[in-house]
Amino acid sequence: MTVTERRPGRAELPPGPHRGPARLGAAPLAIACAGLAGATLVAVLVGPVRLPPGAVLAELAGRLPGVHLRSGLTRQEAAILWELRLPRVVLGGLVGAMLAMAGAAYQGVFRNPLADPYLLGAAAGAGLGATLAIAYGPDTGSWPVDLLPMAAFAGAVAGVVAAYALGRSGGTRSATTLILSGVAVAAFLTAVQTYVQQQKAETLREVYGWILGRLTTAGWREVALVVPYALVSTVLILLHRRLLDVLAVGDDEATSLGLSASQVRLVVVGTATLATAAAVAVSGLIGFVGIIVPHTVRLVAGTSYRRLVPLSLVGGAAFLILADLVARTVAAPAELPIGVVTAFFGAPFFALVLRTSRRVL
Amino acid sequence: MRRSLLALALLLVVALVAAGCGQDGAGSGTAAPAAQGATFPVTLDTPAGKLTLDQQPGRVVSMSPTATEMLFAIGAGKQVAAVDSNSNYPEEAPTTDLSAYEPNLEAIAGYKPDLVVYSDDPGDLAAGLAKLGIPALRQPAATTLDDTYAQLDQLGRATGHVAEASQLAATMRAEIDKIAAAKPAHQLTYYHELDKNLYTATSKTFIGQLYAQLGMKNIADAADKDGGGYPQLSAEYVVKADPDLIFLADTKCCGQSARTVAARDGWDDLTAVRTGGVVELDDDVASRWGPRVVDFLKTVAAKVEALNPAGS
Repeated sequence: MTVTERRPGRAELPPGPHRGPARLGAAPLAIACAGLAGATLVAVLVGPVRLPPGAVLAELAGRLPGVHLRSGLTRQEAAILWELRLPRVVLGGLVGAMLAMAGAAYQGVFRNPLADPYLLGAAAGAGLGATLAIAYGPDTGSWPVDLLPMAAFAGAVAGVVAAYALGRSGGTRSATTLILSGVAVAAFLTAVQTYVQQQKAETLREVYGWILGRLTTAGWREVALVVPYALVSTVLILLHRRLLDVLAVGDDEATSLGLSASQVRLVVVGTATLATAAAVAVSGLIGFVGIIVPHTVRLVAGTSYRRLVPLSLVGGAAFLILADLVARTVAAPAELPIGVVTAFFGAPFFALVLRTSRRVL
Repeated sequence: MRRSLLALALLLVVALVAAGCGQDGAGSGTAAPAAQGATFPVTLDTPAGKLTLDQQPGRVVSMSPTATEMLFAIGAGKQVAAVDSNSNYPEEAPTTDLSAYEPNLEAIAGYKPDLVVYSDDPGDLAAGLAKLGIPALRQPAATTLDDTYAQLDQLGRATGHVAEASQLAATMRAEIDKIAAAKPAHQLTYYHELDKNLYTATSKTFIGQLYAQLGMKNIADAADKDGGGYPQLSAEYVVKADPDLIFLADTKCCGQSARTVAARDGWDDLTAVRTGGVVELDDDVASRWGPRVVDFLKTVAAKVEALNPAGS
């Protein structure tokens, strides 16, 4: 692979194997953003504690510069809105956006519709990191940042790095080799995690709670942790979305167009891994978002990555905000695990889209 | 002579205790064998059927921390050969690597037990022990105080410490009655935290019934529609309910404390946080329904008394 990378100009791009318009027009993006705004609004207004919608809107508007409104919310109700409900909605949106975008990116670089953000050992690595932190970590009650998200983040990144190193060491750099090494790494890490859990049985409950997703106790601290990674990875993947379309024609064809397939793959996988690791660190393992959202977008809006990546980003945010709304209201004041909701409502919805869409995958 | 008088008195207590818990049936022994005192063979009613012990066991293996605490409390500690890895109380208990979650039959058999006490059977523990001819006594987690008394009585009969067991049960009853008698005038609300993801226990659980002894009201009951007893609450709901007392049963497992609770988003303004109503419990004491439930109740009662003196 000594081909020097030469970014193909816009005019050189091949038509690609995608269906539907390649470029993202204003209309689909506007519709997706309107959906996200609607989901956010409903999620802020509705919760296990009933807050008067008018007062909530007044309270929110009152924080805008130049606006002076008295919402009439009590101090306690204001705390529920600002400290509990809002950060949870924001974090749900960020995590959903990261997972859906990472899923779309993974599917692109591996040309595999079954790829999801956990494909290369990110989930297994994060799980092991979290389990180690819970089982052997020091008491971090006095630390400014919890050890758990850092350990999960490091674990997710380490898992993918190991899979990548293993996938390259054979000499071949094909996507399939990489996926298989991801499978091997994930199996190994999961084995270690299970062993640690057996040794420290008293940690089972906490590990289990973490695996099921942790939006329940989300606060602004978690939002602040995930925002930098979200920004960086979003910008990088959006910049690469055209190259994903090039990659879709095949490694050799992409190379002949002057693109280093393995290099693009490295950058995109690295970036998507950062996004996934950040999401997993603050929210635990929320399944299904990374696979169902990009596919739904594909079926509805076309398969070009120039459309798919941004629409998955927005759609993922809206989907997880709504899923979390269900998780915290359906059995209120009890909670449902968010992973159960994403699968329970996501799978039939996905099936519906699959059946009614005239396009094929 | 004095000895037989004592025995007679104890026999009377045993009969009374047995009559008292005769109602709940499952898991408890019948009164008749109890009246025979420490004689062997003894036949016990277990969830797995009748269990007959031909002679007094001298090498008991306990796979349940609660049973371990009970065995030592009724004076059967010298007969205990090994206890599982989570049995960390009392100090003299012979704690081993035996895992109650993944019981290893060979490892258990290695201690040459003549009685194994366990609470849960995650694999084929009972079947395996039966094949090896090792008597096994299952004592599932108690759901009421009467279950606890019945288990004490059963362990007493199984190990030949009937008198001590009934004495202990009588003392526990008396102490709990005394604590319960000092109910505060004003009903306090409480939230009992099992982990930091806000899993909790309702008033119908064992621990919930203990709080109810003190006339306290559980905030989680509304969240338990399916009746499982251990729902996960929304943070919004806990803040809205604003309990007078917050009991942390996740201090050891998950490092929670009054300080970490106060640091949670939106929790700093809660009544319990402002008035010192966050109580750090010992996870173990707050999850083992054995002799130390009295200690647990004393801790809670002292807090209630401090916040809300009786008759005030």
